[in-house]
Amino acid sequence: MDTFLKYLAVFVTGGLLCVVAQILIDKTKLTSARILVLYVVTGVFLTAIGVYGKLVKIGRTGATIPLTGFGYALCKGVFKAIDEKGFVGILTGGLEAVASGIAMAIFFGLVASFVSKPKSKNS
Amino acid sequence: MNLEQKEYTKLVEKHSGKSNVFVNCLRAFLVGGIICVIAQIYNDILPFSEEVNKVHTTVFMVFLGALLTALNVYDNIGKFAGAGSIVPITGFANSIVSPAMEFRSEGRIMGVGAQMFVVAGPVLVYGISSTVLVGLIYFLLTR
Repeated sequence: MDTFLKYLAVFVTGGLLCVVAQILIDKTKLTSARILVLYVVTGVFLTAIGVYGKLVKIGRTGATIPLTGFGYALCKGVFKAIDEKGFVGILTGGLEAVASGIAMAIFFGLVASFVSKPKSKNS
Repeated sequence: MNLEQKEYTKLVEKHSGKSNVFVNCLRAFLVGGIICVIAQIYNDILPFSEEVNKVHTTVFMVFLGALLTALNVYDNIGKFAGAGSIVPITGFANSIVSPAMEFRSEGRIMGVGAQMFVVAGPVLVYGISSTVLVGLIYFLLTR
């Protein structure tokens, strides 16, 4: 039961973060690029003021997997790097924290461009 | 009669519009939630420390998004899920892999290499810039 509630929290948190974006798309016609930028920047600032960390404790991957969680990882990485290395951490911490995901996406994108063809978009 | 018809059409449009938003939200909620639960399950079966598990999970979800994009499956999920497929990190992977595949006809460098970042680029520019700003403030406050 306890496990069920924990996963329910993940589901609801992740779901709600997507619903907010869906409402923004339907009501304001924001493009997905703008939504993603908005989410990352929001994630950074909510982490900086200590709010997002609390959400991560409850929603776990429900909070870290949506793009606001990308901002959370960036911001947490910067704070940690500043604590460890001082000033230079401002510049190194963010990218270090998200490097694995970006490298994976870039390399896979390049491989996919060689081996996979997009379905023709007729519609 | 004419007026009534007009009002009726208006009413229908209004309600169908509303329910569309509602249905879209429901779909986004379901798919977004399921993607996060998949990530949590993967995270929970990993044997490493909490920190390392987190990194593995993110990489796995990026891999999953990229793979489903390469198999032309992710676009179909997106048609159903809307924001539910855009907002999770799998959608970020999709935003990199999808143009990489699509623009290969425009060449390896300015096609694949440049178009890959058509969405990811802005995300990184504003994401990193805001962390530098926030980091600067944090640095000054903690000295």
